[in-house]
Amino acid sequence: MAPRLKLFLPLILFAVLALFLFRGLSLDPRAMPSALIDKPFPVFSLPALESGETLDRSLLLGKVSLVNIWATWCISCRVEHPYLNQLTEAGIHIVGVNYKDDDAAAQRWLADLGNPYSVNIVDADGNLGLDLGVYGAPETYFVDAEGVIRYRHVGVIDERVWRSKLAAIYAEIGGELPPALAEAGP
Amino acid sequence: MKRMIALLLGCWVLAAGAVIETYEFSSPELEARYHALSQELRCPKCQNQNIADSNAPIAQDLRKQLYQQLESGATDAEILDYMVARYGEFVRYRPEMGGATLILWLAPVLLLAVGIVVALAVLRSRRDADSRALTEEEQRKLQEMLEREQDA
Repeated sequence: MAPRLKLFLPLILFAVLALFLFRGLSLDPRAMPSALIDKPFPVFSLPALESGETLDRSLLLGKVSLVNIWATWCISCRVEHPYLNQLTEAGIHIVGVNYKDDDAAAQRWLADLGNPYSVNIVDADGNLGLDLGVYGAPETYFVDAEGVIRYRHVGVIDERVWRSKLAAIYAEIGGELPPALAEAGP
Repeated sequence: MKRMIALLLGCWVLAAGAVIETYEFSSPELEARYHALSQELRCPKCQNQNIADSNAPIAQDLRKQLYQQLESGATDAEILDYMVARYGEFVRYRPEMGGATLILWLAPVLLLAVGIVVALAVLRSRRDADSRALTEEEQRKLQEMLEREQDA
């Protein structure tokens, strides 16, 4: 290597390091890919919150669904609740998983804040949550019409993240996007 | 001073009591495996703690699961597979070698090799510089400088 070029080696190394560190600034260290992407939704047999009848994974077959993990002890769930109501109103199919919660408190919550869920699965012990790899509510799983998990969103769903990211994913896995919920135009 | 010590001891007891629920194991061997595995599994929520150290609800659930599986006779490999199937390789502090984790395993060796090569190169060039005799021209210049120094 020419000696002149050698002098620049530390600068080049610094630039490469800075580039990587700068990239790291905009990465979320908590973002963890789900191990269940492109795997079938786990088998379960749990009661429904509303009627008590036993539910299983057949309720996720035949249409694209959002499976939302929520609980009354989860503060962010309260934040996202109004937007879930809007999604349901616009025609999105949302199934709730009431995760490690108290049934009475959950029913009161739905009576007070509105019920965006077509049905709620009671997961009192968190076993379904464990099978799904849930590590904190709220989490939302995008399940296609074959009952296969295609995407997981960790954290609150609001209008911004729906329009910028989730709407496109919902459409991509075969969901029919109501005009009111389409992605933001150019 | 005594009060200080009592206070410190109190803090220690609180910290120790905050995390761990106790399980009764049917054999000491199972208990040893429980401790080994709970040190090795990483808490998905609080990412710089293992599930033995964390008191996040998810870590409690994973410990319970670990206990139940050990008591029902699962092998270490089966338990790790169970956890990885749900939480990904991320959940192990010593992930399986291969695929995306290959760089984790190989990077230290590669970096060490690069370090050794650089160190050798530096040492060699330094030794060359040390042992190189001065040219006649340099010798003459040096002599001049020394004389000037003496004159001054």
